[in-house]
Amino acid sequence: MTTLTETRNPASADLAPIGLVEAQAFVWAEAELLDRHDYLPWLALWTEDGRYIIPIERDADDYAAVLNIAYDDGEMREARVKRLRSGFSMSSAPPARTVRTVSRFVVETSEPGALVLRAAQIIVEYKYTRTRTLAADVTYRLVREGERLLLDRKVVTLINSDDTLHGIGYLF
Amino acid sequence: MTDVAVEDYAALVRDDRVHTSLYRDAAIFEAEMDRIFKNSWVWVAHASEIADRNSYKTSYVGRQPVIVTRDKDGQVHVLLNRCRHRAASICEARKGKSSVFVCPYHGWSYNVDGSLRKVPYAEGYRDDFDKAEFSLVSLRTEDYNGMIFATFREDIQPLAEYLGPARKWIDLFMKQGAGFGVKALGEHRFRFPGNWKIQLENTTDAYHFPIVHKTFLSSLDEETENLMDVLGQGGWVEDLGNGHSVMVMIPDLIDLEDNLHAPIPERFADLAAELAAEGHADDQVRRIVRAVGGSGFNLNLFPNVACSMAFFRVLRPISVEETEIQHIAIGMDGGPEAGNRMRMRLHEHFQGPMGFGTPDDAEGWERVQRGAQAGDDLWIMLNRGVEAPEGRAAPGHNAGDVSAETGMRAAYQMWKRMMAV
Ligand code: FES
Ligand SMILES: [Fe+2]
Repeated sequence: MTTLTETRNPASADLAPIGLVEAQAFVWAEAELLDRHDYLPWLALWTEDGRYIIPIERDADDYAAVLNIAYDDGEMREARVKRLRSGFSMSSAPPARTVRTVSRFVVETSEPGALVLRAAQIIVEYKYTRTRTLAADVTYRLVREGERLLLDRKVVTLINSDDTLHGIGYLF
Repeated sequence: MTDVAVEDYAALVRDDRVHTSLYRDAAIFEAEMDRIFKNSWVWVAHASEIADRNSYKTSYVGRQPVIVTRDKDGQVHVLLNRCRHRAASICEARKGKSSVFVCPYHGWSYNVDGSLRKVPYAEGYRDDFDKAEFSLVSLRTEDYNGMIFATFREDIQPLAEYLGPARKWIDLFMKQGAGFGVKALGEHRFRFPGNWKIQLENTTDAYHFPIVHKTFLSSLDEETENLMDVLGQGGWVEDLGNGHSVMVMIPDLIDLEDNLHAPIPERFADLAAELAAEGHADDQVRRIVRAVGGSGFNLNLFPNVACSMAFFRVLRPISVEETEIQHIAIGMDGGPEAGNRMRMRLHEHFQGPMGFGTPDDAEGWERVQRGAQAGDDLWIMLNRGVEAPEGRAAPGHNAGDVSAETGMRAAYQMWKRMMAV
């Protein structure tokens, strides 16, 4: 996944590597924020140049050059959260309830202060008597900044990303 | 309302309303698949989706799966995706390139024009087995300005005639190619649990825009938000005949080659600078920027496609209460990459399963289907703007104010004509 190194790498050599346990704790805390639709603290988890990407194509070299389901920089993430929290978006007021698990973690690359992690995510969503299951491969690029970790890139590739989906009023 | 007599279909459509059974009666849906989707021109592809020789895409005409191919001479074929031996589907890929289609079951192979090429172990058939009898079924196919349509009927009017005055609007819409030609850049696909005509109506429904898309509007910069004030710019809806209609929301953006010297909107300033830095002359920069911004109208073509501001919206009826939608992003074919990237980001902003617009539309349509389960003798009201507003000269034939339900009435009158046979 060379694409994951495209964004600026704020890591520097004097930063401690990010361990798997530390990374998992971060990812699970993020997952729980999203299940609670607690989006303001979620926004604060990102680096300034971080990209949140929900692709359509499964093997694009450069997501910016193709059409995606979402391709968000910081400004778009903020606008998205504002919309979801506004109460005026029919599809997210009320939103579907979701419960997700993230597992099957594999470290892709690790360098001082930065880690690329692949994982599997299963989300069950419920709205209007209907329960759906969505599966995705997720790639995270985490970076250390001072005491905390930040998300520098998150690519959520739904198992059916290039097939028919439905309106989604929450975040992956 | 589960057993409307065939001869009563006409009674379900009045000048200013249609009966709720049109959304929920399975027998009506079956009749529609027959009388509408097998009797009219149905959109299957944009030419750019099968640009190369031997390229293809899979699509549908009503409920029937088809393969749209381009042969080595450039000719387009629309073939039923069904092997002539024992019916297996020939192609399951969404798109690709191939000079031959081989049935996976017993290996019959077909050329891209549908002709049967080879049958394995042919000695098992009688000597008079004639391959010419077993070509893939090929539908009549015509295109207008890159829009490819197919029909089961050999005897209906030519496509150009069927489109009639809609052709002018297709030509205007294609100016988004900025002189390079229009190219499909990718697509969003989603379904909603509701009848296909709910979506057909929506493309010509300006009334919902400021309500349903409030959160989209408030995510825009002020200049763009003002531009998207679709009810406030003197727009109109015009019945174009044969169920087609156009809804003009932003009159300034009807002809993208006009007003090229207007100031470049703030949100395109970076793009304009980038294009200028790439060496495009000022005229060309302005032309591209204006094209990237998209058209100011929705052209609804009965029964299954719309040229909607900056994309193609294609509907596919699945069942009486299930519909699939494609939103195909378009850009410049061979035009500057920076312009097409911006088009894709703009498309993602509104369209698709996680856009700022589409999920709210889909939710609204689902709510229509859910609500329509109530009340056995209620009607869907289409009486908004039956007369052009006082003091405003109707700008065209049978036109009304932009939020008038004129386009829906036009579509249902066509529905009535086709169903009441
Ligand atoms: S079904 Fe196609 S070869 Fe038999
Ligand atoms: Fe809408």
